Amino acid sequence: MMAGVAEDEEKWLSAGITGLQQNAFYMHRALDSNNLKDALKYSAQMLSELRTSRLSPHKYYELYMRAFDELRKLEMFFKEETNRGCSIVELYELVQHAGNILPRLYLLCTVGSVYIRSKEAPAKDVLKDLIEMCRGIQHPVRGLFLRSYLSQVSRDKLPDIGSEYEGDADTAMDAVEFVLQNFTEMNKLWVRMQHQGPARDKEKREKERSELRDLVGKNLHVLGQIEGVDLDMYRETVLPRVLEQVVNCKDEIAQYYLMDCVIQVFPDEYHLQTLETLLGACPQLQPSVDIKTVLAGLMERLSNYAASSAEVLPTFFQVEAFAKLNIAIGKVIEAQDDMPIYGAVTLYASLLTFTLHVHPDRLDYVDQILGACVKKLSGKGKLDDSKATKQIVALLSAPLEKYKDIDTALKLSNYPHVMEYLDNGTNKEMSNVIIQSIMKNRTCISTAEKVEALFELIKGLIKDIDENLQDELDEEDFKEEQNSVARLIQMLYTDDTEEMMKIIHTVRKHILTGGPKRLPFTVPPFAFSALKLVRRLQSQNENVSGEEVAATPKDIFQILMQTIEALSSVPAPELALRLYLQCAEAANDCDLEPVAYEFFTQAYILYEEEISDSKAQVTSIHLIIGTLQRMHAFGVENRDTLTHKATGYSSKLLKKPDQCRAVYACSHLFWLDEHNDMKDGERVMLCLKRALRIANAAQQMANATRGSSGSVVLFIEILNKYLYFYEKGVSQITVDLIQSLIELVKQEMSGENTTPEPATDAFFASTLRYIQFQMDKGGVVADKYKPIKI
Amino acid sequence: MNYIIGAFKPACHISITFFDGKSRKQVPSKKENGQTLMVPLFQSQENIVGKISIEPVSGKKVEHNGIKVELLGQIEMYFDKGNFYDFTSLVRELDIPGELYEQKTYPFEFSTVEMPYETYNGVNVRLRYVLKVTINRGYAGSIVEYQDFVVRNYTPPPSINNSIKMEVGIEDCLHIEFEYNKSKYHLKDVIIGKIYFLLVRIKLKNMDLEIRRRESTGSGANTHVETETLAKFELMDGAPVRGESIPIRLFLSPYELTPTYQNINNKFSVKYYLNLVLVDEEDRRYFKQQEITMLRLAETS
Repeated sequence: MMAGVAEDEEKWLSAGITGLQQNAFYMHRALDSNNLKDALKYSAQMLSELRTSRLSPHKYYELYMRAFDELRKLEMFFKEETNRGCSIVELYELVQHAGNILPRLYLLCTVGSVYIRSKEAPAKDVLKDLIEMCRGIQHPVRGLFLRSYLSQVSRDKLPDIGSEYEGDADTAMDAVEFVLQNFTEMNKLWVRMQHQGPARDKEKREKERSELRDLVGKNLHVLGQIEGVDLDMYRETVLPRVLEQVVNCKDEIAQYYLMDCVIQVFPDEYHLQTLETLLGACPQLQPSVDIKTVLAGLMERLSNYAASSAEVLPTFFQVEAFAKLNIAIGKVIEAQDDMPIYGAVTLYASLLTFTLHVHPDRLDYVDQILGACVKKLSGKGKLDDSKATKQIVALLSAPLEKYKDIDTALKLSNYPHVMEYLDNGTNKEMSNVIIQSIMKNRTCISTAEKVEALFELIKGLIKDIDENLQDELDEEDFKEEQNSVARLIQMLYTDDTEEMMKIIHTVRKHILTGGPKRLPFTVPPFAFSALKLVRRLQSQNENVSGEEVAATPKDIFQILMQTIEALSSVPAPELALRLYLQCAEAANDCDLEPVAYEFFTQAYILYEEEISDSKAQVTSIHLIIGTLQRMHAFGVENRDTLTHKATGYSSKLLKKPDQCRAVYACSHLFWLDEHNDMKDGERVMLCLKRALRIANAAQQMANATRGSSGSVVLFIEILNKYLYFYEKGVSQITVDLIQSLIELVKQEMSGENTTPEPATDAFFASTLRYIQFQMDKGGVVADKYKPIKI
Repeated sequence: MNYIIGAFKPACHISITFFDGKSRKQVPSKKENGQTLMVPLFQSQENIVGKISIEPVSGKKVEHNGIKVELLGQIEMYFDKGNFYDFTSLVRELDIPGELYEQKTYPFEFSTVEMPYETYNGVNVRLRYVLKVTINRGYAGSIVEYQDFVVRNYTPPPSINNSIKMEVGIEDCLHIEFEYNKSKYHLKDVIIGKIYFLLVRIKLKNMDLEIRRRESTGSGANTHVETETLAKFELMDGAPVRGESIPIRLFLSPYELTPTYQNINNKFSVKYYLNLVLVDEEDRRYFKQQEITMLRLAETS
């Protein structure tokens, strides 16, 4: 059915074009032979094709454009005709003899154009006559095109100031009057289209209308280009008249389009000076008009204008642009009862952008907008409208982007209230945006108060907001967001130790609410942040001793202890263990033996009670050993206890090679280079020997179970330890011992059952090369190595 | 041979020329056979002066019982074709009975001739003025020659010329108010006016202004009325809404109009009407007819 209509239309169009071309041909012939009478006759016949009612606007336009081209030629002819002495006044009468009105008026406009150009009558009089006569076309489409033609041929002939057609005193007014009248009439025709024809074609009609809208809007463009329209005239005449028409036409499509046109066409400066009038029209528009987009467009323009030059800003203040916009938005929201939430939020977001551009120093304005937004949202609960949510995110992001400083946002009391209306997902997203902003601008949040506010803001990330609602959040996303929280914690920093202490308290309070899923992410950065403070306090203490300090490392360690304990609820023993060890090391640096001991104890307890996975055990024990090795704060007794324990754990590891490695690592616990009281060759030796034994056992076990001798790599590793301690001067390590171990390795490697392992071979070869190197070096070291035979 | 030719050819040529024939304005006049001929134009009370030249064919003598010229004003009704009613008849004797041997020229003059009616070519009636030269020959039949001329009379501009203004309508359907700037128009006039739509509840398609001529002939029971539409001028395209006002500007010069004739010699009348026609989408016509008076102003040029 539709296809049929389209086909028919195509046929009608081509028939129209054919008719038009045919008459155009005869018209040309008449033009060539200077036959005015025939020229008029055939041009009128040609234009009769435009009388059709069968074409959609789109197709009609095609026909119109062809006629338009022909009329250009006719106009040239008329011009020549007057040059040849034909009176333009007579010509103007002659074309009016045509019986059909549409061709008559097209011809009249064409001659009118020549008439104005001839200057035999004032442009304003001719224009006035033309516009009056055009009333005869009441058919919307035909009328719109005719008037559009009039507008087209007259636009360079308006009696504008500075134009060659300039008339007497009120000349620009005449030009404006003409265009305004054409605009008004065209808009009426355009609106009328909506009400003609059956209701079922409404959609089609609306589509057709939107195809025609630029014909109407063009008039506003022309108005915008009239030189004579200064601010006063714009304020007194142009704007009120245009708005009057816009408001009175009571048509949704027209109102939306035309408001937008007005905003886009006229200079920003004018808008600023007539803001009240322009905004005053908004609440009077039909409730269904998408006024938010219109206003958003206006505010965007004004924002850009404000951004364009600092010189224009005083004008903004002078006209109280913000207050006016704010009031207008309030009114619009009030007037349009069924405006969706997102509409309102969009408006506020635009206003906010505007404010940020124009009044960057007026935080109160920003807060006021947010407040208004809260008011609108209140009682509605969480938003489930994705568009609204998006707008709120935009609303909330704007100040962050503008000020590049979260501090400012934190000062906005309504900011968190707005956030509350976001659904959980978006809330988190917004929190992320906030964090990103902080990270990007490397803003330090430097007071506990702000930290408090910030955490309040991003609480969606900090804790589960709705416990009943099990988040089906993607694991990856969750990690991502918690990682950003972790990074954020690093940004909570001040040089003022006292304040920093407060910050630490605050952070702790918040992260502890995070629940087991979040703690593994949040506790480490917190711990490190706290340890950083410890180090700072430490260095301060060294500088200014004796001063009473509010925050002491001891306090911090206490906090840390409690915080890390919380990880047991996760549980995350390995992480906790690492943190304990970190703390222990820090305590060691502060010479707080009992504290360090306590941390170690905690670590050991975790090791014993919680870490059961053998791999984890291996890692942990190496960490313990490594940390313990560096501890110097411990007295002999404590140290003994701890080292004893560590060696004990080492030898109890499950796999022999692991045991072996752990045990030989323990040897380092007894030989600290810088501390002479911690050099116990005996025990070093003991450890190494035990390691050797275990290595043997491992070898045998491998033989027994797999029928092949195991790797000799353990022996080589132990050999390296021998060499290390030998070099350090542990007297218990003798050349003989080394020598025999080398032999052992060689023997093992050449054994029949041994599968050759390139890595091991290389390892051994490079060990031997090292020995050789040391020998060749000369001096004391070489002397030591000389006795070794390789 | 000569005899035969002589029997069918007129025995002499008669030519009628006007004294100021070269300078006098000529206007087209439609003859009975449909041909258009340029003929001189006169108005009432003018002197009709000229000469008549009679030339016998190739030296033949023409015997006659006298020669005369008549000025006739005639009305011919088409239902009574060929029967002329002379409302004006003036005679000048040119020659006494005698013989004509060679070309002879007779001047003639009708002074301040009353020609109250204009030449008119209507549907059912014709009014004409003619000069008729008769060479009276008793037995051989008279030789007659005609010369048409046109009479137009001019009226001064009317001292009172009211506009026509009227509100018409169909209850609850259509109410309009229209206005024509005058009630009396001259032939080259322009009708200016407007139509104001007070109420529109029907879907109009267009609106035309027609000029209609109503010619009535005869009288009493034999009255014959013939109406012609001389102009159909589209005023509006499309459907207006309430409050619209549509301008009228109709130039009368392209149309062949005459002045209004009121009861010419009790034989006929010609009246003019403006007919405003509105057509709706179902092609129903709504119209209102108003008489206007047409008059002829003296041409200034």
